[in-house]
Amino acid sequence: MSELKKKTAHEPLFHLSKRAAIHPAKALAIRLAAIVLGLVVCGLVAFVLIDKLNQNPGKIDDFYYCFIKGSFTSKRKIWKFLKNLAILQCISLAVTPAFRMRFWNIGAEGQTLMGVLGAIAVAFYLGGQIPEWLLLVLMLFAALVCSAIWAVIPALFKAKWNTNETLFTLMMNYVASFVVSYFLIIWVPSGSSSLGKLKFGKLPSFGHDYLVIILIVLALTIFLYVYLKYSKQGYEISVVGESVRTAQYSGINVKKVIIRTMIVSGLLCGLTGYLIGAGLDQSVTTGSVGGQGFTAIMVSWLANFNPLVMLVSSGLIALLNQGASQISQDFNVSGAMPDVIVGIILFFIIGCEFFINYQIIFRKKSHGAKEGVK
Amino acid sequence: MEKKIALSMRGVTKRFGNVVANHQVNLDVYKGEILAILGENGCGKTTLMNMIAGIYFPDEGKIFKDDQEVIIRSPKDAFALKIGMIHQHFKLVDLFTAAENIVLGVDEKGQYNLKNVNNRVSEIAQKYGFHIDPQKKIYDMSVSEKQTVEIIKVLYRGADILILDEPTAVLTPQEIDRLFSVLRRMKEDGKSIIIITHKLHEVLSISDRVAILRKGEHIATVDTCEATESSLTEMMVGKKVTLNIDRSEPKNPQPRLEVKNLNCVDAEGVQMLKDVSFTANGGEILGIAGIAGSGQKELLEAIAGLQPLTSGEIIFTNPKKDKPVTFFHKSLARVKELAAMDAFHDEKGKAVSFEDMSNAEIRKWVESGNVLFREDEIIDLRHKTPLQIRELGVRLSFVPEDRLGMGLVGSMGITDNMMLRSYRKGHAGFVDRKKPKALAEEIIRELEVVTPGVNTPVRRLSGGNVQKVLVGREIAFAPKVLMAAYPVRGLDINSSYTIYHLLNKQKENGVAVIFVGEDLDVLLSLCDRILVINSGAVTGMVDARTITKEEIGLLMTQTDNARKEAAQ
Amino acid sequence: MNIWLNFLIDSLAFGTTFMYGSTGEILTEKAGHLNLGIPGVMCMGGAGGVLILNLIGKSGLPGFLIVILGILGSIALSMLMGLIYSFLTVTMRANQNVTGLALTTFGVGLMKVIMSKMDPTVYLVGPKALYRWPFAGRTDALQYLGVLFFLGIFIAIFSSFVLYRTKIGLHLRAVGENPGTADAVGINVTWYKYAATCIGSGIAGLGGFYYIIDYMASQEAYLSLEAFGWLSIALVIFALWRPHMTIIGSTVFGFLFSCSSFIANIEGITVTMAAKPLLKMLPYVVTILVLVVTSMRNKRENQPPQHLGLPYFREER
Repeated sequence: MSELKKKTAHEPLFHLSKRAAIHPAKALAIRLAAIVLGLVVCGLVAFVLIDKLNQNPGKIDDFYYCFIKGSFTSKRKIWKFLKNLAILQCISLAVTPAFRMRFWNIGAEGQTLMGVLGAIAVAFYLGGQIPEWLLLVLMLFAALVCSAIWAVIPALFKAKWNTNETLFTLMMNYVASFVVSYFLIIWVPSGSSSLGKLKFGKLPSFGHDYLVIILIVLALTIFLYVYLKYSKQGYEISVVGESVRTAQYSGINVKKVIIRTMIVSGLLCGLTGYLIGAGLDQSVTTGSVGGQGFTAIMVSWLANFNPLVMLVSSGLIALLNQGASQISQDFNVSGAMPDVIVGIILFFIIGCEFFINYQIIFRKKSHGAKEGVK
Repeated sequence: MEKKIALSMRGVTKRFGNVVANHQVNLDVYKGEILAILGENGCGKTTLMNMIAGIYFPDEGKIFKDDQEVIIRSPKDAFALKIGMIHQHFKLVDLFTAAENIVLGVDEKGQYNLKNVNNRVSEIAQKYGFHIDPQKKIYDMSVSEKQTVEIIKVLYRGADILILDEPTAVLTPQEIDRLFSVLRRMKEDGKSIIIITHKLHEVLSISDRVAILRKGEHIATVDTCEATESSLTEMMVGKKVTLNIDRSEPKNPQPRLEVKNLNCVDAEGVQMLKDVSFTANGGEILGIAGIAGSGQKELLEAIAGLQPLTSGEIIFTNPKKDKPVTFFHKSLARVKELAAMDAFHDEKGKAVSFEDMSNAEIRKWVESGNVLFREDEIIDLRHKTPLQIRELGVRLSFVPEDRLGMGLVGSMGITDNMMLRSYRKGHAGFVDRKKPKALAEEIIRELEVVTPGVNTPVRRLSGGNVQKVLVGREIAFAPKVLMAAYPVRGLDINSSYTIYHLLNKQKENGVAVIFVGEDLDVLLSLCDRILVINSGAVTGMVDARTITKEEIGLLMTQTDNARKEAAQ
Repeated sequence: MNIWLNFLIDSLAFGTTFMYGSTGEILTEKAGHLNLGIPGVMCMGGAGGVLILNLIGKSGLPGFLIVILGILGSIALSMLMGLIYSFLTVTMRANQNVTGLALTTFGVGLMKVIMSKMDPTVYLVGPKALYRWPFAGRTDALQYLGVLFFLGIFIAIFSSFVLYRTKIGLHLRAVGENPGTADAVGINVTWYKYAATCIGSGIAGLGGFYYIIDYMASQEAYLSLEAFGWLSIALVIFALWRPHMTIIGSTVFGFLFSCSSFIANIEGITVTMAAKPLLKMLPYVVTILVLVVTSMRNKRENQPPQHLGLPYFREER
């Protein structure tokens, strides 16, 4: 008994409770603090890595300057930054409708890749044989269809048998990448499995090469914001996401909404694939999407699934990516440096959500303790 | 013999956000006694006990076990102090066997051997008179078997203080008898038993003392032998309640909803409704009484189109004879369909035909109010989804038991929740928030909903305000049938009266109101007729003005056999 | 030796990589945490081993000590990754999918940064004979099996034993199925989640070590490691959350993944280039089929842990 008493004799210092609400400014401050803290840790990690791996460590303030240097010191870099932001934003938009429905679609990578493949396949087979405008239209159509099919398959199984969508969509990413390798082998008999730039099916541009893409994504952002917030379908998505029971009660056909929303997600992925395929690369490889399908999940989540806020979060990730690329150039380390930096910052932002959702309550001194003092 | 105190609480307070669940509670439990904790729903009984069991940690106050102050930070601490709680929602791992669940979390010396566990479980079962198969998986078990597992789980850990949270709510009368005899044996064995309940007759039959809680505060503890139902009720609700509900005589009640031989099974294949038949009349409140889980939920959901039926009919009669057709709840296509079936006549009694007319002309004619129904509409609601029911023009409102999990969307504001049933209106792809906002403001004003604004997520509102929002919305729908499941559960007296008043008003408007309640006093003074169900079957349809509480209680609890005997 | 038997052994040796990965992931998932960071963890496991070898590989220490220190380094780094994940998802209650993906981004990236600067000869200094015990020096297919292969088999079987035959396993499964219940009976849910995630990550990390240093023993090996991390997650489903089943599963996956190049060696069979990616696709397709079939049959014992992916907060109300 005495041993037991010892074990339980002191009171817990604090306990946690869910916050009812937090002032937006406070939440913003917490997030900014997390980013700053994350950057400090990034600096330390990068410094240690560079110091240990290379013999010329460089200065720490050079390191931070890279983030500005990476994106803003020349016109070309600014355009590149905006393009990267736009593509990431576009995939992030694509995953958002499903996430608002609490459908954990982590297959945007594969869905987008299928879009690129669809567009390029049309360009490969029909390029030069039909008018360019018709080719572009057909490419778009193919990209949309391929992606939508890729997205709707897991949704059908989810709706019918409640098959775990996270694992299903994850697997579909890899199936997609092997489908691409298969076509590359067929298209490039030499075995180099590199398609090279196609001559046809290039999205027309004005102003700047990237301007069309950026404008399309901007329009899409506004469209999706309006769709989710003001359309009946958007309303249904929110209800299903909150509670399936409530949705059934209000007469919503939950299966239909799941399938329809995944088609919307798929179509958006298809559009992204089209922008990548027809707008940028004129080619396809297994790495055409480059892991951005996964990054997009985090971007969308960081923005709390709000398309407008997403511009900020995809901007942040794009900025970090380019800055870190600059670091790897300047300090002669691997091109994988951006992943390390982005990873660390993400850890901090993910962690800080805790302080936004929960409250730490320190226990008041009990009467017993006061009496004890007397 | 002087009784020894086993456990006591001093000045215990617990808050959740701004809500005070328990305020300065002092409570003693003796060894070898059964203490009943009595109180209305939401008075803080469970929260208080959860603090002894280590689920919650008190914000203020102290707990003493055997005269020593103890800190119970976790259920593990509670077990170490030989305190065990049987929760209302069983805490069992479905995938495990009974024995695996029982041994879960026990620190035992020696090798883990399920055979030994099985033997010890059988031993305990024998000692107190349980029946259990240690190797049966939980997902194959009935509710009372699961409860048995929970009790043995606590005994296996050598608990000498057992807390049971509403243990009888889900049991049949025989199972309750068996449980009580087990509890008495444990008491004789020197164990302290705390039983949380709000059923007075159980308190009187099983407990030695009763502690009464009201709105989170400890009112008194009395010896059961000196207590009566009325004295306990008085302490429980504060003052002697003569429910002051105005009940008007039903005006010209006409059959509105007819349910015939309804049968349904739940996901596990258990029959939840057995040949249920009744008629609900317009202009009348039909109460449904029964022990929790007797099929009330399934019955209402079956009518609302949310529960698949195995057999039976649900027939809705829309009193439309000689009343004009409107587009309020009927689409143009449906109106045309009905016209083709010769369902309408004009003011002169001539049949209405829309042949060779354009849609605009039809609209104009209908909107002039001169297209009248020939007969009452009779609609079969069987195998219809909620949406189909609505599209047929059946105005059926439903206030479900699970307000935030089914009736409302917790993360949305009042405006958006107003749209839940009506957002489909209009042909545009966009939702119209103007009317819902006006409705939200009206409900806030009329029903005195306390909220920071129309866009505050309803999850943050108090229970009473949530319910006002839900009931308000369902009434705004101008229903012909209004079903409400436990609409006053967890509400304070004032909110409850607001709800009663609203239901009564609907009745006066000719709505067929179906009210599922748990408080018999309320059922008796609010309803016109009461349907009693017991394990999914109807055991009586009685006149609420003449029946007594005891008679309903019997109908609710009697077994099939006992009833048959009585009939003979 | 029979050509098919050769192939079987080669599949076993190759499959050992995901056997480690998925055994580790199963332990984590049994605690209710879907760790999508496993690819990152495995990469860091590989990097940890290489770092140590790089550091002491030419120091003249006895060979077995170098191997053991390498393994320890690999376990240490991968457990550190597990610790980051569990701190964020258990203590900070962050979204598991997002945290896992961030962990993979970070781990894979950091490994690439480290590996690109390592001495490429270091893989060869490892005492091959030690990895290959007791088959060192053999010229048939058995030479590809070795200590780490047997260790992997042992860990898989031992994990199953712990999960289904011991109290600790019972508690762990309870935590993943229903943490509320586990908490109510006094099981330290947080501790179990941390332990399962960290130990699981340690085991998975060994898979990375095995692949880079033992199986491939080359600098380029790290480029394909991430893909095998994802394959490990697929294997968890294929094995129906039973660690001992990963032995069969990893062999099947290893077979499917490498059979395109193998079948070409058999007389009378020609494999077109185009068939290769289709064969490599098979493990994922089979996994999808398993996932679909188990969800259709809906047998309780074959489902993912009930609380997989959800955070647990005791005072939830």
